Amino acid sequence: MTTKMKGAQILVECLKREGVDVVFGIPGGANLPTFDALYKSDIRVILTVHEQGAAHMADGYARATGKVGVCVATSGPGATNLVTGIANAYMDSIPIVALTGQVRTSVIGNDAFQEADTVGVTRPVTKHSYLVKDVRDMARAVREAFYIARTGRPGPVLIDLPVDSTVNETEFVYPEQVNIRGYRVQAAPPIQTAQVQAAAEAIKRSTKPVIYVGAGVIHSGAAAELMQLARTLRAPVTTSLLGLGSFPETDPLSLGMLGMHGFEYTNLAVAECDVLIGIGARFDDRVTGKPDEFAKKAKKIHIDVDPSSINKTVVVDYPIVGDVKDVLCLLLSMVKPLDTDAWLKRLQTMKEQAPLTYREKDRILPQYIIQQVSEATKGNAIIATGVGQHQMWTAQYYQFNRPRTLVTSGGLGTMGFGLPAAIGAQFGCPKDTVWDIDGDGSFMMTAQELATAAKHRLPVKVAIMNNQFHGMVRQWQDQFYEGRYASSELNPVNFVKLAEAYGCVGIRVERKADVRPAIEQAQSVKDRPTVIDFLVEQKEDCWPMIAPGKPHFQMLGTYEMLSKDGGVAQRRRATPDEESKLSLG
Amino acid sequence: MNEKHTISCLVENHFGVLARISGLISARGFNIDSLTVSATEDPTVSRMTIVVDADAVKLEQVKNQLNRLIDVIEVQELKEGQFLDRELLLARVQVNSKGRGAVEELLKRFGGRIADANDHWVAVEATGGTKQLDQLIEQLRPYGITKLVRTGRVALEK
Ligand SMILES: Cc1ncc(C[n+]2csc(CCOP(=O)(O)OP(=O)(O)O)c2C)c(N)n1
Repeated sequence: MTTKMKGAQILVECLKREGVDVVFGIPGGANLPTFDALYKSDIRVILTVHEQGAAHMADGYARATGKVGVCVATSGPGATNLVTGIANAYMDSIPIVALTGQVRTSVIGNDAFQEADTVGVTRPVTKHSYLVKDVRDMARAVREAFYIARTGRPGPVLIDLPVDSTVNETEFVYPEQVNIRGYRVQAAPPIQTAQVQAAAEAIKRSTKPVIYVGAGVIHSGAAAELMQLARTLRAPVTTSLLGLGSFPETDPLSLGMLGMHGFEYTNLAVAECDVLIGIGARFDDRVTGKPDEFAKKAKKIHIDVDPSSINKTVVVDYPIVGDVKDVLCLLLSMVKPLDTDAWLKRLQTMKEQAPLTYREKDRILPQYIIQQVSEATKGNAIIATGVGQHQMWTAQYYQFNRPRTLVTSGGLGTMGFGLPAAIGAQFGCPKDTVWDIDGDGSFMMTAQELATAAKHRLPVKVAIMNNQFHGMVRQWQDQFYEGRYASSELNPVNFVKLAEAYGCVGIRVERKADVRPAIEQAQSVKDRPTVIDFLVEQKEDCWPMIAPGKPHFQMLGTYEMLSKDGGVAQRRRATPDEESKLSLG
Repeated sequence: MNEKHTISCLVENHFGVLARISGLISARGFNIDSLTVSATEDPTVSRMTIVVDADAVKLEQVKNQLNRLIDVIEVQELKEGQFLDRELLLARVQVNSKGRGAVEELLKRFGGRIADANDHWVAVEATGGTKQLDQLIEQLRPYGITKLVRTGRVALEK
């Protein structure tokens, strides 16, 4: 006779088989059995301060390691606190599994204490979800959840666990095979060779190609194939925000980031190219500007694992559905070196004529700080960010050289992501140096997780670009609302004292000369978090920028404008048309 | 240009599936004209027939999005002329026993019948294609329709 096991024990057994070594979360009435089973196992359980922190940690862990991150919360408020984190992972296709407690099956729907319809609330922001009503379904649900989270286009999966499903007993049978008949990854049609061939023919005729890369290359582990393609075609490579790291920015073929706050010459290159090879990217509106003006002269190829992201914003000429790595391997067998000398030379000139730059001011500039972090870490650290100007400056001025080193909220634009995501990344990659480059506004949204980092003596480093503003909001208000600072000014906070209160090292930096030494000092602290409070120029603007509703090659605050009028691009009122399109994120 | 499209989906027969599908369609801003769920020859699978109003690009998106759902096993667009479709109509018409004959005549032509009656009204029943039922309703209207329900379209590939 086989022995019976409690549902929570089965859950933990399944987690172990998925290779889970750490989970992030907070216990409560409805998930005590789960925490008890975890307690008895050798899986590390990291108690966070807030469930949003737990979800972001699981997300940061997943982005940095490529493994599935796991967060755990109790029913009701525990589960609803996870929602921002789950939505964030959903928008950026990050594989996490969220385990939520639920009231007993018999009282579901009765408005029982701490009951929330968690599956219902999270349905639009999960790739899939399970409500385990019967302990006999536990093993299969967990097995499938991990499988779904990490395969195809990855994403968050939620498992809602009513108390009885975790305390009732059944025989543990591990489902070796996963068989989900409605899951397209299993029933995926083979790659359409003819379609790849057609794209290869278009590439052969090109003299001005640009490769445009998104996070799909990172998810699919195809950085090496991308490099090979770029080298073979001698084609320049630009990435979206989330694609940063998939191609080394130190490579001469790198064009850096395109899009709203991308480089001017990069957007111009995309406007001029004759073939655009989109790989694992989704032609997001932050990338394209006005969609029908995007890369207008180019034949467009789009390689993506998810058919629903093809032709969504921009209609392409050669759609190719399939795993990015597989498609690239096939494509590589069909293409030959191109003659792109003239094109590369032209791009070089454009770069020299319109470099990314800034003007010195009295106070320290965030751009300079980020350049220093980049140099001090040789572009090899894992960098998490909040959302705002500092995030865009990080994308512009940190030179990312390897995949999975930028941990940032791209799709949802979630302020408060930086610190918990950095903590998750540090748990996943203990040997790496992990920085959170943050804004004071974003940092304060989840600053309490310093307690989590301090407790585990994580050497996470936080660089706060303290401008006492919601800087990005302030910039838009200056640009489009005649400088009316509606709710964008922040109260000054002494982040050194805050850091020390949590048991972290706190450093204040007010002079340019102290920037690099402070960074080096932080790098030398190995046994606790360090917070550097950089008092930066308060009203520095982030340039260049595609104005809302404008084509991607018409940027504000370009090099030309900066050199003409000393740093301030022309201030003007938004047209009603622009105003209706204003959305900050 | 917006048009009516009929999508037929095979889906897992368990709770929550309907919410997932209707949530997905409404989240994309589509109007559902009708949606029916029913059993099939396989008890683990249900058939959903969805009629939406959409242009070609949006329709393609809906199909792709539906395909992304794990609980959706198969998505098929049924094109004009390639499928049989039926719906059931029930309506209460205000005719007394005197006027009943004319309604009965009308129903005969549409293959319908009177399902219930009293001194004040008759309940009529008819099945047919969407257009056919639309016509029937037009012709019943002069008699005074006080209540009406239709099941929405179910469809079968030819
Ligand atoms: C949770 C959340 N709330 C509001 C916003 C809108 N928003 C975008 S950027 C921004 C200001 C960010 O300020 P800060 O973190 O200090 O960064 P800075 O722009 O100053 O570098 C705000 C409020 C958001 N992205 N996320």
